[in-house]
Order: sequence, then C-alpha cells, then structure tokens
Amino acid sequence: MMGFPILSLMLLVPLVAAVACLVVPREQARSVALIATFIDFVLGMILWANYDIGGAQWQFTESAALFAGFSWKLGIDGIALMLIALTVFLMPVCIGASWTSIDKRQGEYYAAFLVMETLMIGVFAAQDLFLFYIMFEAGLIPMYLIIGVWGGADRIYASYKFFLYTLLGSVLMLIAMFWMANAAGTTDIPTLMAYNFPVHAQTWLWLAFFASFAVKMPMWPVHTWLPDAHVQAPTGGSVILAGVLLKMGGYGFIRFSLPMFPEASAQFAPLIFGLSMAAVVITSLIALVQTDMKKLIAYSSVAHMAIVTVGLFAFNVQGLEGSMIVMLSHGLVAGALFLCVGVIYDRLHTREIDRYGGLSINMPRYSVFFLLFTMASIGLPGTSGFVGEFLSLIGIYQISSWVALVCTTGIILGAAYMLYLYRRVAYGVQKNADAAAMPDLDKREWAMMVPLAVVVLWMGVYPESFLAPMRKDIAALDARLAQAKPKGDADVKMGAAKPAAHENMAHGGAH
Amino acid sequence: MDFARSLWLVAPETLLSVAGLILLLVAAWAGDKASRAISIAAVAVLTACAFLVAPALWAGAMGPDTEAFGGQYRADAFAAFGKLLIYAGAGVTLIVAPAFFDRFKAMRAELPLLVMFASLGMGMMVSAGDLLTLYIGLELNSLSAYVMASFLRTDERSAEAGLKYFVLGSLASGILLFGVSLIYGFTGGTSFAGIHDALSGQMATGALFGVIFVLAGLAFKISAAPFHMWTPDVYEGAPTPVTTFFATAPKVAALGLLMRVSLEAFGQQTFAWQQVVIFASLLSIVIGALGAIGQNNIKRLMAYSSINNVGFILIGLAVATQQGASAMLVYLAIYVAMSVAGFVVILLLRDENGDQVEAISDLAGLSKTRPWLALSLASVMFSLAGIPPLFGFWGKFVVFKAAVQADFIALAAIGIAASVIGAFYYLKVVKVMYFDEAIDKVRGKGELSHTMLLVLAVLANSPLAYLGTKCLGALADNAAAALFYAY
Repeated sequence: MMGFPILSLMLLVPLVAAVACLVVPREQARSVALIATFIDFVLGMILWANYDIGGAQWQFTESAALFAGFSWKLGIDGIALMLIALTVFLMPVCIGASWTSIDKRQGEYYAAFLVMETLMIGVFAAQDLFLFYIMFEAGLIPMYLIIGVWGGADRIYASYKFFLYTLLGSVLMLIAMFWMANAAGTTDIPTLMAYNFPVHAQTWLWLAFFASFAVKMPMWPVHTWLPDAHVQAPTGGSVILAGVLLKMGGYGFIRFSLPMFPEASAQFAPLIFGLSMAAVVITSLIALVQTDMKKLIAYSSVAHMAIVTVGLFAFNVQGLEGSMIVMLSHGLVAGALFLCVGVIYDRLHTREIDRYGGLSINMPRYSVFFLLFTMASIGLPGTSGFVGEFLSLIGIYQISSWVALVCTTGIILGAAYMLYLYRRVAYGVQKNADAAAMPDLDKREWAMMVPLAVVVLWMGVYPESFLAPMRKDIAALDARLAQAKPKGDADVKMGAAKPAAHENMAHGGAH
Repeated sequence: MDFARSLWLVAPETLLSVAGLILLLVAAWAGDKASRAISIAAVAVLTACAFLVAPALWAGAMGPDTEAFGGQYRADAFAAFGKLLIYAGAGVTLIVAPAFFDRFKAMRAELPLLVMFASLGMGMMVSAGDLLTLYIGLELNSLSAYVMASFLRTDERSAEAGLKYFVLGSLASGILLFGVSLIYGFTGGTSFAGIHDALSGQMATGALFGVIFVLAGLAFKISAAPFHMWTPDVYEGAPTPVTTFFATAPKVAALGLLMRVSLEAFGQQTFAWQQVVIFASLLSIVIGALGAIGQNNIKRLMAYSSINNVGFILIGLAVATQQGASAMLVYLAIYVAMSVAGFVVILLLRDENGDQVEAISDLAGLSKTRPWLALSLASVMFSLAGIPPLFGFWGKFVVFKAAVQADFIALAAIGIAASVIGAFYYLKVVKVMYFDEAIDKVRGKGELSHTMLLVLAVLANSPLAYLGTKCLGALADNAAAALFYAY
C-alpha cells in the first residue's frame, strides 16, 4: 500500500469529476459529484485504515520534482490525516445538502465544490512550502464563485469581502515563505519544521504568517468576512466553509507558526490570548442578539475558533490535542448546524428566527437532531464539543488562569445563545401557519444527519479513536516547543513523591 | 570577427528585411486582395526567423562569438528569448487581423508589412549593443506602430489613437535622444561595452542626467508610470488586433532594451538608476490598479492592467541581479501568453451583427450564454491578478522571489500588498460575467483560427503550464546569463 500514490489519487478523483461535471448534462452533474466524493471518502477511509499509528512521522509520502522552484511533494502525519478524514467525510454531505436546493447552473456548482475538495486535501497533504501556498490560495477562486453565484441577496459584497480579505492576508505570507526558502535553502516542510530561524527574523515571519492565518481562522477583529460569507453562501457552501475552510487557519498555526517559529510564538502568545479572549466574549454577545440563524452560528464559529487558538498557544500537549479536537468537532457540529438551518430554509426560504417556532410539534425528528447538535456546540459531556473544549481549557489553565477564566465564559455564553436559538425555533407556540405546516425530515436529510450525529457522539464518548493518530505528532510538536515554552502563572508544583502522602491528602481534603 | 560571420549572425533580420521588401512589391502589384496571402507569407517568414534564433537560446549563446559588426549587434541567448516572444506576438496579430479588418473592408496589404518591419525593428532593439542600433530599432518599430494604431481610417478613435501615440511617442524619442547625446558626451562612446567601462567609479552629473533621460524615454515605451498616460487611449482607440500587438511584442522589445541598457551599459552604476526603477515600479503597480477600477471599456482595462504588470516586471529590474533578469523574462513570457488569451477573447466578443462588444457591462451573465468563453476570460483575469493555481501566479512568484533573494524585502512586501488592489478590478470582470443577470449581448460566432489560438493561450495560462516551469526557467536563465556576461 505504501508505494501506491493514494494521496495523488485522492486529489485527482475530484478534479477529474469537476471537469466531468462541466461537460455532462446538468441533471447528471450531482450524481457525478456524489459518486466522486464517495470514492474519495472510501479512499480516505483506506488511508486512515492503513495509517500506521506510532509509525513514521510522515506517511504515504510521494515526491516528484515536476516544477522549478518547488516540487510535487505529498505526505501526511496524524494531524493532516484527521483533517483529510474530516474533509472527505463532509463532502458527500455537502453534495447531499445541495441535491435539490441548487436549481441553477448545477454543473458549475458541483465542479466548484469538487475543485474545492481537491484543494483542501492538497492543503493538508502538501509537504512543499509553495505547493501548500498554491493550494491554500487557489481555494479563493471556487469559493468566490460559490458565494457569488449561488448566494443570497448580498452575495456580491460578501464574495468581494471574502476574496480581498483573505488575499491580503496571504500575500504577505508568500513574501515570508520566500525569505524562509532562501534562508533555509529548502522548501521541504518537514525540514523547515526543524529548522531554527534567527529569533529576530522569526518575529517578522510569524507576523506575516499570522496575517494570513488570522484572517482564515478567523480571529477577532479580522473575522468580519465570515458572517457575510456564511449568510450569503448556499447551505453546502456554509457547511464546507465552517467545516473545513476555517480549519486551514488552525492547521497553518499548528504546521507552520508553532514549529517553525517557536520563540516568536511564545513572544506573541499574549497577543493571541488577548484577541481570543476578546473574540470569545464579544462574538458570543453578538451571537446572542442575532435574528438570522446562519449569522448566529457564524459568530459562534468565531468564538469556537478562539478556543482553538488559545489551546494552540498554550504550549502543552493538552492544549494542542484539545485544539485539534475542537477543530474536528467544530467541523462536524457547525457543519451539522448549518445543515439544520438549510433543512428548514429549503422549506420556508427564510433564515429569520422569528418566522419559526414550535417546530418540535410538527418536525419532532428534526428537532431531536437539532437538539443534539446544539448540545454538542455548547459542549455537553458525551458530545464531541465537550472533549475538545475541556482539553483546550485545561491546557490554557496551566499557562494563565485569567485567560482560562475568560475563555470559559464562552461556554456559558455559548449555552445561552444556542439554547435561546433552540427555544425560539423548536419550542414555544407555532405562531406561523406556514412554519407549522412544514414536513419532517425526508430520507435524503436522514441520510445526512445520521452519520453526522453518530460521529459527534463517537467523538464525545470515545475520543481515543481520533486522538491516537495525532498523539505522536503532538508530542513531537510539544517537544519542539519546549525550548520556548513560556512560564505559566498557575505555578503548579509537583510535590516530592511521598509514599504516605495519600492518606494525608485525603485527610486534608476532608477538612 | 569577419564580415561573413556578422552577416550570418544577423540572418533573422536580413531574412525579415528581404522578405518584407519582396512582399512590399507583391503588395504594390497585387493590391489589397492579396492581403490575406501576404499575411500568411508574413507568418511563415516570422516562423522561419523563430527557427533561426531558437538555437542560440537553447545553446545559451553569449560572449564575443555573438557580436556582429564590431559589437553593434548581439545575437545572444537574451536577444533570442526576446525575439521568440516578439515573433509570437507579431504572428498572433497577423492571424487575428484579417477577420477583424475584413468587416470594415479595411484589410490592406500594408498591415502585414508594417508588422514585419516593426518586428525587424524590435529584433534590433533586443539585439542592440550600441545606442545607435538601439535608436534605429526603436524608431523603425515606433513608426510602424504609429501607422498601425490609426490603421482603421474610418474610425475616429483609431485616428486619434494614432495621433496621440505619434505625438507622445516622438516626445519620448526626443527625450531618449537627448539622454543618448549626454551619455555620448560624457563617456565618449555609444557602444554599451564602452559606456559600461566609462561609467565606472564616480559618475558625472551630466552622465547621470543622461541615464535618467534614457530611462525616462524607455519608460514611456514600456508604458511605466509616470509616463503611462498614452496607454489607455491608444489601447482603446487602436483596432483590437493592433492592440493585441501593442500589448505583446513592443512591450517585450522595450523591456528587453531597457534591461540591456540598464544592466549592460549602466551596469556599473546600479545605484544611480535603482531608485528610479523602484519608484516607477511601485507607481505603475498602484496607478495601474487604481486607474482600472473605474473603467468600463475592457480594452482600457487591459491597458491599465498592462501598466500594473509592467510595474511587477520592473521589480525584477530594480533588484539588478541575474535572478531578477531571469524572473523578468519568465514574467514577460507569461504576460505575452496572458495578453494573447485576453485579447483573443475580446476579439471573440461580438454582438449578433458581428460588431465588437467592448463595454464590460455588456458582458453581464456571459457565463450563462457562452460558458466556455466566460471561463476563458475568467481564467485570464485570475491569471492577470496572479491568483494561483493559474499560471500568472508564476510570473509574480519568480519576480518576488528574486526580490527577496536580493534582500529587497520591503519592496517585495509593498509590491505584493498593492497587487491586492489590482485583484479588485479583475474580480469585477468575473463578477459581471458570473454573478449578474444575463443580457445575452454577445452572440457572434468566432473563426476556427481564433478558437484554436484561444485554446492554446488558455492552456498556457492553466495550471498545466506549471509542468513547463523547468524548461521556461532554464531558457530564461540562459538568456539572463548572456545579459550578465562580463565583457
């Protein structure tokens, strides 16, 4: 299996299908897209099954010196594996979400989605600096078209904002990459991850990468493109945007900023903490007053991503693992929530919360799923959200109790806005006749909801399946960061191991 | 160096001149009905010339063996690279021109001849080893170009474009000549090698003025800001095939010339002109980007886009290294491909009467009515904006890489940040084609030749072209090495 270029194949399948979507009759485009994403899903599962946990750090590596200045170099570690798995899992769901709701220019729509899939897998699998950049940036084009062509009323403004914001963030990163390639004499990402850049240069490099990843993430205050883009994108677009695209920023931090510039990361950690704390509180409060469902979930995404960033810059294993799980969990849960919105949007064509009410009466099954994902978003134990947030916050608590305290309010506020949303949509009286007449989930919607629900519960009950492949890579990253690790304020002292300490402690605790 | 050898080195120019004169006689006797045949013959001659110059590029020819007529002319790899692009641009012009002018019954036999003589002049420009060769080449090209700009005599805009181009172009030539005379006065020679040696050490103020005047004159020819004012009017007014020509071949020739003059003749005084080039480059990027935002004519938009792109190319010159020169050549090659693709699409935008559609607002919803045409234009726009994975990105990639390698990090950062402004107007075209409601204005049919050219040019802009980066990079390195050959 190792000699087989499975990653290249995973990139090729959606790309070929994208071209096919443009030439086949428009009614068949969605079938082509669904088949292609299923093939990629199967390939992704084969990838996971063959991934040797605890084996070599980089597996399934491929390399071909095809280009001048950079090469076609692919390979994955556990972190990339999990994100690729998330991508291939969400893609068929996105196609399913678009099955009936996209009624114009289907061929181009599915082609854009399939190109997106190629590029997202490419971002996670690239082992060459510039190959990564090309994949990272190229995603702008299909996403611009998806928002602009199939979006809602303000789609043009949203598409411009999305494109220009993220482009400005990324071009500076390109200059930093040139500098790095020049200084280190290689564009190979694994080599660069172990390369020690001069500390004063790290500051600038870190800032350039930060400019890009902070916009992609998105971090407060450069998050403003996200609510616009989300609200205007079609359901499938929102799912992929929230599910996978936002993870590119976090992946960038964990793959580039932290291992390549550890000293600068430590130096700028307070900046990250400040922005993240602001994000958690401010965007949660903004979410509380939204009247548009998609906007509410979009703002909640910003808050969740802030938990990811504090966890990443906690410089310890718990924080890093927690961040990865929050990313995976948020990918599933936010995707599922957008899907829930999409289900009722398809019926009533409005996202106004006030137009709904009492849906648990006429759509009981839908309400159960919606409740599950709401709880997962809040972080109820037993769902995926809990595991990630708990680990992240433990991680940050070791560094700064204050940051942990402020970020934990995010969970309380999260509960507030999510439960408030759920109450207004699913409970109460059926004040609108048309909303009350909506039918419950059909078979297609069941087929999308059930897998998401199963994985959310699986990740909540037995996160080990998802943590195991990443453990070694996160430990390696933690070791790499040890040289720059900032001192925590918690000042936890491990007492000398006393044989008889147990009894004393239990005794002391009782007082 | 014996005379026969010199004559062999100038074979492409000789062939072009002789063939041009013979075809001129044919045109005089056979009249305008032979114009198509003459066009085909001209393309054949240009192709033959391309085959004549190609070996020098592949072999990386450089040094004294490539000098003809006592160093006045150089047939090295750099000249070969430039000439291949020039012949390509000229050939494309000749392929698309007949269909365009036939509609106005204005296809005259002179057009292919003018293109040939312009190509001859441009070939001399990139081969120049002496200020006099430079000027002869430049004027031969310019005079042909002035006539071509006003070739559509029935159209007022075309006449206006020709006049403006002529007046401003003569002014620039005058400035250039003045600079040349100053340089001659202060260095005592006109050969690049002689100037190079004479300009070592502290430079006289008069010589500095000479350098600046020469650069200003050449900046006009490449339409770099602040000497860019003629570009939008000429691009808009000139018949579209002629605009295609202006956007490709003369740009290559003038930039090649600028590189020769700056890096060879003034190569010892890098610091004297570097700031000027940096200023012109950043100003071009910003003016090209801002000026384009309000345009509704797609040809004017392409004009501002060319100003913008020249700014990026000049970044390669500003760093004054061999990598920079190589990067400029790669960018130029990609730029020619992008321009050809762009203008062929523009030529294919016709309404049901066959008239050209030039207003961007008339392209609304093109993606619904003509999906493949819209996709081509969108790919050109994203490519011009330098968004990966399209090949336009590669041009920016090599130029900025060279800048960073030469430690011009601030220049690179400012330049690339300004490129985001440019992205805005390229996006506007895509937005009109993809997001707006269809008005179905573009309905005309295109010729097979146009379609084939378009497919080729779009493929050259597509991600597939990355597979050719090694070959392109090696050729550009050959050419740049010839430029930096120490005399």
